[in-house]
Amino acid sequence: MSRDLSRRTKLVLYGVLLVLAIPFVFPTWWMVTSSLKPVADIFAFPPDLLPTNPRLDAYRRVFELQPFGQQYLNSLYIALVVTVGTLAVSALAGYAFARIRFRGQNVLFLVVLAGLLIPSEVTIVPLFQMFFKLGLVNTHWPLILVPIFGAPSVLATFIMRQFFISLPGELEEAARVDGLGRFATFWRIALPLSRPALGAVAIFTFLHSWNLYLEPIVFLSSPEKFTLPQALTQFVDAYGGPMWDVQLAAASMTALPVLVVFVIAQKQFVEGLAHTGLKG
Amino acid sequence: MTQTDTRVGPATAGPTPGPARPFWTTRRRDQLTGYLFITPQLLGSAVFVILPLILVVWYSLHEWNVLAGTFDFVGTDNYQALADDPNLGAVLRATGLFSVGLVVFNLGLALLLAVLLNQRLRGTILFRTLFFSPVVVSLVAWTIVWGFLLQDNGGLNSLLDTVGVDGPNWLRGEGTAMVSVIVVQVFKNVGLNMVLFLAALQGVPADLYEAAEVDGASRLRQFWRITVPLISPTILLTSIITVVGSLQVFAQIAVLTQGGPGTSTTVLVYYLYQQAFQFHHFGYGATLSIVLFAIVLALTVLQWQMRKRWVFHES
Repeated sequence: MSRDLSRRTKLVLYGVLLVLAIPFVFPTWWMVTSSLKPVADIFAFPPDLLPTNPRLDAYRRVFELQPFGQQYLNSLYIALVVTVGTLAVSALAGYAFARIRFRGQNVLFLVVLAGLLIPSEVTIVPLFQMFFKLGLVNTHWPLILVPIFGAPSVLATFIMRQFFISLPGELEEAARVDGLGRFATFWRIALPLSRPALGAVAIFTFLHSWNLYLEPIVFLSSPEKFTLPQALTQFVDAYGGPMWDVQLAAASMTALPVLVVFVIAQKQFVEGLAHTGLKG
Repeated sequence: MTQTDTRVGPATAGPTPGPARPFWTTRRRDQLTGYLFITPQLLGSAVFVILPLILVVWYSLHEWNVLAGTFDFVGTDNYQALADDPNLGAVLRATGLFSVGLVVFNLGLALLLAVLLNQRLRGTILFRTLFFSPVVVSLVAWTIVWGFLLQDNGGLNSLLDTVGVDGPNWLRGEGTAMVSVIVVQVFKNVGLNMVLFLAALQGVPADLYEAAEVDGASRLRQFWRITVPLISPTILLTSIITVVGSLQVFAQIAVLTQGGPGTSTTVLVYYLYQQAFQFHHFGYGATLSIVLFAIVLALTVLQWQMRKRWVFHES
C-alpha cells in the first residue's frame, strides 16, 4: 500500500500519527520530568513539560527507604543469568530439532512445544510447593530456573529452530565433510550465523525477566532480595498511599537504562523481533 | 524419518565386508549428539513444566496448610467449592471481558498503526520507535505512571476539565476500571503486534494493488480483499500470542485496581493469586489453575481450528 501521496494527505497523516503518539510517549516523559519536581508540582495542571527547579531529592530518598542499589543488582544479575541460560538451552535444542536426525525427534519436539500452553501462572502453586520443600523460597533460584526451562525458553527454542531451518545448510555440510564434529560445526559455523535470532531471543528473555512480577511477590519476602518491579510498589507512606515523587524516581531509574539501550539499538530490536521465527 | 541423510558419508561408504564396523558410526554419534543437545531443554521442561502440571491436579485433591505442616487428601472438595463459589461467575466474566477487549483493541490499533507506518512518508522510523518504546519500559513503572494519570485528580481528568468534561474516577468505577486496565495494557504492548503486522504488510506484493487499481477497486475494498487475506497468518499468530498473554495479566491488576471495585477486574490469575497466596487456600488455588489451563488449551485449539477455515495460506 505504499503509494505516492498528495501533500494534503501527508499533512493529515502526520497529524494523525502525532496525536496517536501522545499516549505512547507522554507517560514516559511525564514520569522522568515529574521525578525531578517537588510533590506539589507533580499535581500541577497543566503540567510543566520541563521541571522549573529540577532537584534530585526524590532520587536520594529512593536509596534511603529501601536497599535499592541491591535490588537493582538483583534484577540485573537475574535477568542476565536467565538470558545467557535461555540462549544456551534454546540454541542447542533448536539446532538439534532443526538439523540433526534422531529417533523420536518429532514426538520430543511436540512434548517441548506443549510447554507453550503451560504458562508459569498455571503452575505457580505446585512450583511454590516444590521450591518450599527444597528450602529455596526467598531465594532467587525460582526466578532463574523457571524461566530458563519454562514457557519463555520453549518459545526461544521454537524461534531458534525456525531460524536454523531457514539457514542454508551448505556451509555446515562443507565443514562436516572436512571432518569437523557436530558440536564444532554448531559452535563455529551455525551459531555465528544465527546472531539475529540470538539477539531477538536475548531481548525477549531479558525484558521478560526484567518485568517479572507474580513470581517475585510469591517467592521473595525480604527487601534485600526483592527485584525492581516488586520494589517499585513498596514506596508507600504510613497510610499505604504512594509516595509519588519517590516512586517515579525509582520507576525512572528502572525504565530509562533499557529505554536508552533500545533507542541506540532500535533497528536490531524491532527488526530482530519481526524477522525471526515469529513470522508466519 | 527419512533415510536420505547425505551428511553421513564415511560410515556407510565401504561395501567391502572388511572387519566389523565400529559401534560408534558417524550416524550413531550424530544421534547421540542430538539427544545431548536437547537434554537440558527436555529435562528442564520435565521438571519445571510437565511435573508441576501433574502436581497441580494432585494438589487440587488436597488441602495444604503451611503453618500446621499438614497435607490432607480432601477428594473432590475443592471442585465442589469451585461449583459453589459465588465469585466464580464474576471472575470468569472479568477474565473474558479483559481478553476480548484486549484482543480487539490491541489487534485493531496494531493494524491501524502498521498501515499508517507503511505509507510513503518521511519519519516513519521515528514514529515506529515511539509506538514501540513502551514495550521496553518496565511494566510496573508504566503501570504506576498510568495509575497516577488515571486517578481522580490525575492528569487525564485535569485535561478533561479544561474542555469542561467532568471525568469519572477511572480506576474506582465499575465499568471504567476494566476499560482503564485494558487501555493501559494495550498502549504498553501494541508495538509488538504493530511490528509483526508491518513486516507482514511489507511482504504483500505491490503489483496486486496495481492490478486492483486498474480494475477500479476502492482502497477499502483492496484492504479487505487483498491485504487482510494475505496477512491472515500474521493475524492468527498475533491473536494467539495476545489471547494467551491476556490470560496471564497480573501486575497491571495488582498495581492499578487490586481486582476492584468489587470483583469487577478480578481476572482468573489475580483470583488464583488471592486464594493461594493471600488466603493460603493452596488446594483451591490449584483447582483454579486447572480452570486457567483448560481455558488456555481450549482457546488455542479453537484458534488452530480457525486457521483451516480462514487463513489464506501458510508460508
